[in-house]
Amino acid sequence: MAVATQSAAPATTRWAIQVEGLTHRYGASRALDGLDLAVPWDERVAILGPNGAGKTTLLRVLATLVRPVAGRVILGGLALPGQAAAVRRHIGLVAHQTFLYDELTARENLIFYGRLYGVEDPGRRADRLLPRVGLAERANDRVRTFSRGLQQRLALARAIVHDPPILLLDEPETGLDVAGADLLDGLMTDDQGQRRTVLLTTHRLDRAVELADRAVVLLRGRVALDLPAADTNAVALAAAIRDERRPW
Amino acid sequence: MTTFPGQVGALLWKDLLVELRTREILGGMVVFALLVLVIFNFAFDLRVDNVGGVAPGVLWVAFTFAGILGLGRSFIQEKDGGALDGLLAAPIDRGAIYLAKLLGNLLFMTVVEAIALPVFISFFNFGRITLELALIVFLGTVGFAAVGTLFSAMAANTRAREVMLPIMIFPISVPVVIASVEATALALGGSPFAQSLGWIELLVAFDLIFGILCFVVFDFVVEE
Repeated sequence: MAVATQSAAPATTRWAIQVEGLTHRYGASRALDGLDLAVPWDERVAILGPNGAGKTTLLRVLATLVRPVAGRVILGGLALPGQAAAVRRHIGLVAHQTFLYDELTARENLIFYGRLYGVEDPGRRADRLLPRVGLAERANDRVRTFSRGLQQRLALARAIVHDPPILLLDEPETGLDVAGADLLDGLMTDDQGQRRTVLLTTHRLDRAVELADRAVVLLRGRVALDLPAADTNAVALAAAIRDERRPW
Repeated sequence: MTTFPGQVGALLWKDLLVELRTREILGGMVVFALLVLVIFNFAFDLRVDNVGGVAPGVLWVAFTFAGILGLGRSFIQEKDGGALDGLLAAPIDRGAIYLAKLLGNLLFMTVVEAIALPVFISFFNFGRITLELALIVFLGTVGFAAVGTLFSAMAANTRAREVMLPIMIFPISVPVVIASVEATALALGGSPFAQSLGWIELLVAFDLIFGILCFVVFDFVVEE
């Protein structure tokens, strides 16, 4: 099925995501401190780190929800904040909150977001996505009747309603059961079976190693460790993150 | 990509569907407006010689206070579910969010007015609802909803949003309330249309200026 907004394009550069000197503050607190990161197309990157390391802020900047105080951000060759509107067509976002409307049914939520993203036939698209996240039986139930885990499944479907080439996932396994967490693998490829570029934050280091091609550890708003996921494991990553918590 | 009217349509469809199911906004607004009219009807000693001076104010107190109730709820569903971020991350014109909310608020206020106005006419013994009166009510509502929609987006980001919203809206909507009350008094008193034209022109100017201004600055209001 054609999804009207499918990224016709941004893949004219090698990098899906380029971030240079990214800095952002909340009051006196520095969430991102001159962060540099480059992600090629189709790569899956796990962004790890302790609480307050800047993971969520990084994803919110990339999702155009936060305007950074300094630095250069380019997604698919499009610079932020100038080309934010164009960037939004190419990204799907799963955040801490589901962005769903409790009083709409699962299907209506997907149709609504499908219309916002210019999906050609949002109803058909919703009908295709709901079985993929195991919600076909609950398609016409209101979201307020869903458990947190079911809402998270629907949030995952919402994030790919426009079949984006770049996926930003902020702790996407929140509330998901084992079967739900397994769904994540399937959503990391697009409708044509191509790998999406994925930035994923999680505190489950075993899952990070399993899902990602690369692990990036953030400490105090900077990249402290950046290595292929195949070259590390959960224990080593935990040690790297724990180092930050030492007082020295 | 969805066109601007398509974006507004999708957002409005969602708001109306949610309201149809919850009746959170309209129900409260209608009951509140009617209660204000009933209370003022009993509270004031309204005789033929003083009703004309007081009644237009009563009518606009009912409309604006009921309007505040609706405006206060208009961005809550977005804030509560974090859905405002979902809208802001979508490739839509942020002005479409403002316009859809404004149209929704206008629709809710118009429904309230369509119910409350005949009750007001009956309580205060006015003849009938004229086209002139309907025009004044419409223009006053547009101006009030235009600034109210913007401020409800701002208030939604504050902790004491129920308190903040009236504090922000009422000072800036003083011109539209005064013009509406004065024009309503003239219309109810049977004055020629030419007499209220000045007030109506003021309402049109307010609607245009603040409508455009609020549409333009909405992007900055919701920016983090």
